[in-house]
Amino acid sequence: MKHAYTWGAILAVVLASTAGDVLLSRAMKRVGDVGALWRRAGLLTVAGRILQRPSFLLGIFMMAAAFFSLLFALSWADVSLVAPASASLTFVANAVAAKVFLHERVDHRRWIAALLVAGGVVLLAA
Amino acid sequence: MTFRKYLVLAGVTLCAAIGDTLLARGMKQVGSVSLRGLPDIVFSILNPWVALGILFLLGFFAAYMTALSWADLTYVLPATSLGYVLLALIAKFFLHEQVTTARWLGIGLISAGVGFVTQGPALTRHPSHQDRPDAEPEPVGTRAEP
Repeated sequence: MKHAYTWGAILAVVLASTAGDVLLSRAMKRVGDVGALWRRAGLLTVAGRILQRPSFLLGIFMMAAAFFSLLFALSWADVSLVAPASASLTFVANAVAAKVFLHERVDHRRWIAALLVAGGVVLLAA
Repeated sequence: MTFRKYLVLAGVTLCAAIGDTLLARGMKQVGSVSLRGLPDIVFSILNPWVALGILFLLGFFAAYMTALSWADLTYVLPATSLGYVLLALIAKFFLHEQVTTARWLGIGLISAGVGFVTQGPALTRHPSHQDRPDAEPEPVGTRAEP
């Protein structure tokens, strides 16, 4: 029962944080290079541009959902299982989501990286 | 990729690992939280370890947003996954959790994934990127882009 709770919480973390990552990435790509913008227009302009993005606010909401799911999971299981398992599965889900929703060029290097991390997750859970 | 950008990626890695460790330590003190005790989880931020963990995760978030502004999601995530190696070391030496051989092997595979992804370009060039005034044309990755 404890296992079911732990993996249920991990699944919730994966779904919420994948949605959050994709939304935040989309928002930040639209804002553009933060360092360059900061040097040119100042920190307030950077903060203003970011906060104006609806996808940023929605992304934050999804990340908050993922964060509280993570807190649940951490109170039940070891951090060296929960944190890598949820974050790495999120990474695999993200590779698919980034290709589909963000049209990122996920080349063979990135797929191999995804498979290696997926294998790593299986071993971490063993 | 400039040195400054690698520093931002290092910041993402370090703050995430330290933040998670502090949260884990705090949540172990708070104890098991049930789905019915939802208010308890909100009050768990009053625990000093949890509060400090959240502070580090805020630092992580700032660095992460900065990285996402000039690199792909599928580059930033694996490039910063060396944090798991750090996480296992912290878990072993500070939280005294068991890190088995299988978990060490898993950590090794994840590290290999980091090696693969950092060989490639950091950003997918869409036509719209060139039109955007904020975009800085700059070579990324250790190899030339195709």
